[in-house]
Amino acid sequence: MKEKLSEEIMALRAAKEFQDGNIINLGAGIPNLCAMFIPEGRNIMFESENGALGYGGIIMVDEFEKVEIQHIDAGGRYFLPKEGMSFFDMGTSLDLMRGGRLDITCLGAYQVSAKGDLANWAIPGDISVGIGGGMDLVYGSKRVIVIMEHVTKNGEFKILNECTYPVTGKKCVSVLVTDIAVIEPTKEGLVLKEYAPGWTAEEIQKLTEPKLLLADDLKEIEL
Amino acid sequence: MNKVLPSFEEAIAGIPDGASIALNNWGLAGGPQNLILALRERGVKDLTVMTQNFMYTPFPEEVVVMPFMLLPQMRKLVAGFFAAASRYADTTNLPSEFIEKEKELEKEVIGHGNFTAVLRAAAGGMGPFYSPVGIGTTVEEGREKRNFDGKEYILFSPLQPDFAFVRADKADRYGNLTYNGTCRCLNPVLAMAAKTTIVEVDELVEPGEFSPEEIVTPAAFVDRIVVNEVGGRGSYEYTMKKLHELLSIPEVRGAIIGAAKKFVDDGEDN
Repeated sequence: MKEKLSEEIMALRAAKEFQDGNIINLGAGIPNLCAMFIPEGRNIMFESENGALGYGGIIMVDEFEKVEIQHIDAGGRYFLPKEGMSFFDMGTSLDLMRGGRLDITCLGAYQVSAKGDLANWAIPGDISVGIGGGMDLVYGSKRVIVIMEHVTKNGEFKILNECTYPVTGKKCVSVLVTDIAVIEPTKEGLVLKEYAPGWTAEEIQKLTEPKLLLADDLKEIEL
Repeated sequence: MNKVLPSFEEAIAGIPDGASIALNNWGLAGGPQNLILALRERGVKDLTVMTQNFMYTPFPEEVVVMPFMLLPQMRKLVAGFFAAASRYADTTNLPSEFIEKEKELEKEVIGHGNFTAVLRAAAGGMGPFYSPVGIGTTVEEGREKRNFDGKEYILFSPLQPDFAFVRADKADRYGNLTYNGTCRCLNPVLAMAAKTTIVEVDELVEPGEFSPEEIVTPAAFVDRIVVNEVGGRGSYEYTMKKLHELLSIPEVRGAIIGAAKKFVDDGEDN
């Protein structure tokens, strides 16, 4: 069994996409970990859908004494205040998201299709309707970075010709970071840009339903 | 002018069976906990509840009161996000009536942006409008679509709640409001959208104590005000104290602060 990238390493790779001055929304789960790996010298403002911009670090378990109930993010974690931080109502927040002010949205997924469709809010058979802000984020953000395991725990494809789960948005994924590859959806199809150390394009293809195109500059993921 | 009422019971007076009630739900604070308790106490039926997040909470009622507790009194839900309690069935001792009720409940779940937008349209007295969000998804099912300049949109109608239960931080007796951190959230939108806006606050200040610049919701949008007991149930102080009591238990701590981590296993991303 070849080694796959850890959650932290996936977050580290995704965070390399963050540019100085970007306004970024991080989804719950692995995307949230990206905040710990901002490339040095880049000043990022994080936005939380419930109405906060430019807040400080997420409070970790061993610093629980610092938790204040009125400083909660969209994923239910608590943050530290920071200079330049602002609070606003959810109407303003959704305008910010839908209106195109986010440079990057980073979120998880159940499935991604060959065309870059994203499915991340519903599991067939569950009566939940977990849409939340996902559709707004993928509609309005300039770039959508998806971070997810390449296949399910049972080894089923998560990168498919067509999503079989309800979609969050069509043709919205800009780049996909998995635990074995970095893939970019293009008009021609999914382009394999980078592979995890020790993995070959053939091995990644076996775990991917659509045919992968190989980037001219295909390379090992730089960390 | 004095909109302050002496009790939660009086603050919710006149809410009939079948009423629609909008309220904020995001995290432990920022929700109108004592107004919810009063409504449950009165046992009003067939409610339409409008909230951005409708979900079961693993926190005991002594810690936080959330809209989910109104489920047995509800006929319909309009929301941006709905996570079924049945998803957590193995971790809860929830009465079976809740599980049954959430299955049969009429639900209209349209995502946070569209949900916020229909409330704002009502707040501003606007008519139906077109949204670009939800195209190609289940949200467009049963709704009129239209193409403008080569781009598709979905038609939505304004949503005006009969009542909004608003949780603000401070109020003066005219009804000017300020909020606290992320507890602001949907509250200012709800205050503007409803026919009747009922506000739960921690502190009443004298008119003139607020700087006009700091007021977030102006008095015109507020009808009734009720003040939490200092340090009493539902106040920030109380909720903070309860949260930190839970955080002092090492086994529970990770589940509360490391919630994001836990969700990874469920594949939950919103």
